[in-house]
Amino acid sequence: MAVLLIAEHNNKELKSFTLNAVTAASQIDSEVHAIIIGKDCEEGAKALSQLPLVKKVIHVEAAHYENFVAENFAPVIVKLADNYSHIVCSANTFGKNLMPRIAAALDTSQISDIIKVISPDTFLRPIYAGNAFATVKSKDAKKCVTIRPTSFDPCESSGGSASIEKAEAGEEFAHTKFIKREEIKSDRPELGTARIVISGGRGMQNGDNFKLITSIADKLNAAIGASRAAVDAGYISNDHQVGQTGKVVVPDLYIAVGISGAIQHLAGMKESKIIVAINKDGEAPIFSVADYGLEADLFEALPQFLEELNKLNTIQK
Amino acid sequence: MKILVAVKRVIDYNVQVRVKEDNTGVVTDNVKMSTNPPDDNAIEEAVKIKEAGKATEVVAVSIGEEKAQETVRKALAVGADKGILVKVDGVLEPLAVSKLLQKIVEKEKPDLVFMGKQAIDDDCNQTGQMLSALLNWPQATFASKIEIKDKKLEVTREIDEGLETIEINIPAIVTCDLRLNEPRYASLPNIMKAKKKPIEQLNASDLGVDTSSRIDQIKVEEPPKRKAGIKVSSVAELVQKLKNEAKVI
Repeated sequence: MAVLLIAEHNNKELKSFTLNAVTAASQIDSEVHAIIIGKDCEEGAKALSQLPLVKKVIHVEAAHYENFVAENFAPVIVKLADNYSHIVCSANTFGKNLMPRIAAALDTSQISDIIKVISPDTFLRPIYAGNAFATVKSKDAKKCVTIRPTSFDPCESSGGSASIEKAEAGEEFAHTKFIKREEIKSDRPELGTARIVISGGRGMQNGDNFKLITSIADKLNAAIGASRAAVDAGYISNDHQVGQTGKVVVPDLYIAVGISGAIQHLAGMKESKIIVAINKDGEAPIFSVADYGLEADLFEALPQFLEELNKLNTIQK
Repeated sequence: MKILVAVKRVIDYNVQVRVKEDNTGVVTDNVKMSTNPPDDNAIEEAVKIKEAGKATEVVAVSIGEEKAQETVRKALAVGADKGILVKVDGVLEPLAVSKLLQKIVEKEKPDLVFMGKQAIDDDCNQTGQMLSALLNWPQATFASKIEIKDKKLEVTREIDEGLETIEINIPAIVTCDLRLNEPRYASLPNIMKAKKKPIEQLNASDLGVDTSSRIDQIKVEEPPKRKAGIKVSSVAELVQKLKNEAKVI
């Protein structure tokens, strides 16, 4: 039976991690159908149909799908579930919010945040903030799986020509009302997909000092991350948090500045290709995962870092 | 208004978790256990709402082995009025936990159910949403702010893009983020008082719920280790290494 992939989008375009989720879905079964639920999301449906790994697109439209309320989305998926062996979605806040609601309705024990497809019923997933990897096998006839997008490559995004089928919308759930979304717009690369991430922690001391990080991020075309301590202290907004309860990032280069390296933070970045730690405490646990550690006062090191970068003129964009 | 708060006993967040040599799980013998951190936020929020005069009763429930009683007792020390321990052997999956919680909700008839957004042991992030589906109640997940407005809640949720605000009708489920509040420490007099508060003990097997496992845990392994790196002595050396050795800038 086929796999149903739930697309994540913003009604205008697909979220980039949908492509990673398609890759994971295709490793479960080659017959991947993708569903897009939203309001005026034709462009997203078209984009899905162009993914060569997607065999069919199901497009569901209604005004009450504009804001991705799980209570509205889940019944649409549950109604279609008979035709599918697996239902798959990214383990972003969208999928984390939605998938368990589907799984419970289908009486299926969900498998969250997989990092590898071992076979159609067996998956690898991190537990205990990534301090252990569990191999788990689902015995349910129908499987609900969320995937960690950074553990799968994005699929090819053009060349496909899957058919787009419209499916009927469901009713609106009467007890949940969307009020507003506050998104912080930025011209920088997205934290989840950036090639370089520079993060600040409690050592930054205040929000104003983050401009030292911002200027380096501008120079390197990097995304800006933060430890939970920095977000809790109000230095920077929650969408920058990297870690067990924030985002998981796997950039080519991760620069941790003034971050001690609690296991909860390491859970979100220790798979990065190259890790740099700048911290004045030489005993900080962050140094145990760093490829290059610099024991220094960040208020001296960061301006020097920018100066050295300015001397190079070969920064890869 | 009555608030039910679900709390889970987990390995303490400061413990460096070790995988068992036979790969059947992680070492839990002689390891410090405590309340799942965002569950502390859930209990704190419920107690704050009661202190503000907007709730009349806070009930803490835990599903776990006999020792989970300590977790319930801690919730009582922080301000819950009554505790419930649903005793189970072994580890249950979130689906089974949510079915047991559904039974407790039917029995206790709370207006709100709070719990942490995820447990830091299995990192599943499922139970609140599943319970909400089983009850067909609205869900507000990853809450960093809760305002009670008559028979409604206005909840600010932490999402990947930033913040989202939704309004949900009571009865409802809220799963709590670590930024929702600052959990208090129980004072010694309150710890003493909590010893006198009632904890109702139930057996999961008496609740008429199928809690059998649907997922086989085949093995648990250590994640691949990163090889040790080097310390550099200056920023100039760091930039030179990043450019010429790692070739990432």
